Amino acid sequence: MGLISPAYGTIFWMVLSFGLVFFILAKFAWGPILKGLKGREESIEEALQAAENARKEMAALKADHEKIMTEARAERDVLMVEARKMRDEMLEAARSEAVKEGEKMLENARKLIESEKVSAIGEIKEQISVLSVQVAEKILRKELSDNTKRDALMNDMLKDLKLN
Amino acid sequence: MKKLLTVLLIFSFSAFSLVAQDHAEEESGFNPGVFMLEHVMDSYEWHILTVGEKHISVPLPIILFSKESGLNVFMSSKFHHGHSSYKGYMIANEGDNEGKIVPADEHGHEVVGAELPLDFSITKTVTAMFVSLGLLLWIFLAVARKYNRNPNTAPKGLQSALEPIIIFVRDDIAIPSIGKKRYEKFMPFLLSVFFFILLNNLMGIIPIPPGGANVTGNIAITAVLAIATFLITTFSTNKHYWKHIFNAPGVPWWLKFPIPLMPFIELLGVFTKPLVLSIRLFANMLAGHFIVLSFIALIFIFGQIHWIAGYGVSVISVLFYIFMTMLELLVAFIQAYVFTLLSALYFGMAKEEGH
Repeated sequence: MGLISPAYGTIFWMVLSFGLVFFILAKFAWGPILKGLKGREESIEEALQAAENARKEMAALKADHEKIMTEARAERDVLMVEARKMRDEMLEAARSEAVKEGEKMLENARKLIESEKVSAIGEIKEQISVLSVQVAEKILRKELSDNTKRDALMNDMLKDLKLN
Repeated sequence: MKKLLTVLLIFSFSAFSLVAQDHAEEESGFNPGVFMLEHVMDSYEWHILTVGEKHISVPLPIILFSKESGLNVFMSSKFHHGHSSYKGYMIANEGDNEGKIVPADEHGHEVVGAELPLDFSITKTVTAMFVSLGLLLWIFLAVARKYNRNPNTAPKGLQSALEPIIIFVRDDIAIPSIGKKRYEKFMPFLLSVFFFILLNNLMGIIPIPPGGANVTGNIAITAVLAIATFLITTFSTNKHYWKHIFNAPGVPWWLKFPIPLMPFIELLGVFTKPLVLSIRLFANMLAGHFIVLSFIALIFIFGQIHWIAGYGVSVISVLFYIFMTMLELLVAFIQAYVFTLLSALYFGMAKEEGH
């Protein structure tokens, strides 16, 4: 048993047992272990990737949401402005309508008053003419009963005629 | 940690008193060289301790084959710690075959010049190797079961302790040396070698059985590992690898013709690589064991001069022993790393594509 001369017995047992252990380990230990490690690394990698993707998606969703919100806000503002305008317009229209209606009514009243006045004046005129005719008749009758006065009147009237 | 230190102290002190007593009675003096070699060399029995003159050791199976007496299987206890012969065999105590099993005559003497039997005994190194291989199987089959049962979950227990090392071998040894495309094929070998060397290095540091054996400090073990690396390298070579050896690009033509200097050196390199690989691991682990043992031996040397000197030195020795053990702990990882890294680099070279 030398220190630096390899013993063939030891070599024999080493080759046999190490070889056997190597094949058992290679098949039942190193294979599963390396596969397991690789699988886990891949799954961690995937999980990280998925988390990153989810984060990105979330950010995108949030941005979308924000965009929709601002759009909605802007739309609301527009709608509000429009509504206000419409209300003002409606009020304005109502007011002008009312004014117009009032004017029209005033006009009608005025017209009615005018026509009433005209008819009243007509009536007065008629009354006056009837009265004046009656007055004239009475006067004439009185005048004509007296011959001198009737001649004088005749002359007057003839004078007037000539003048005309 | 504190507990461990106490245990180490008690262990070294008790070892001191027991063995010192034994040697004082048995031999004229303590021989540090023999003491150290006994601990780092392979043996047919697993010596645990000696109480007085009684050796306590685990007998191991002896398996011998020879043309004359056929197959013989018996326990090493039949040799009575090398003091007697059995079935015509004995352990030679001296001569050219010292430490080996040799044929013995009726009087229990070595038959000089006789053919040695083929020795396939389960020695101390082989036993320790079996233990560590069993541990490897147990640990990694248990861990693999966890990966199978709970895929895609966080590691737990033993799994979480070993996973960083497995990932280290994959991401820092295999992938940079071999490349992302081809590393997978070599991973089982690299992982097996890494954990085999690491476990045996660590078990070699533990002073009590089944630790304490010098498995990775045995040239036969490291040679088999290096030859495995060499064979895998050679069988996974491509055209580019051989072209690089026999007609290296970018080398002046006069280094290749008429004397093929570069091809010769390159071809030599193919064989020196595994050789150096085996010797590096073997020498490192052996040296570590030697240094640790020499500190223990110092206690006995001084203890022979005077028992007070022995106890005095033991304090310093134990401190150095602890320091060296810590260093060995580091070396255990470094050597496992270096062996695996170099193997991976050689595989990478074999598979390298043209630039």
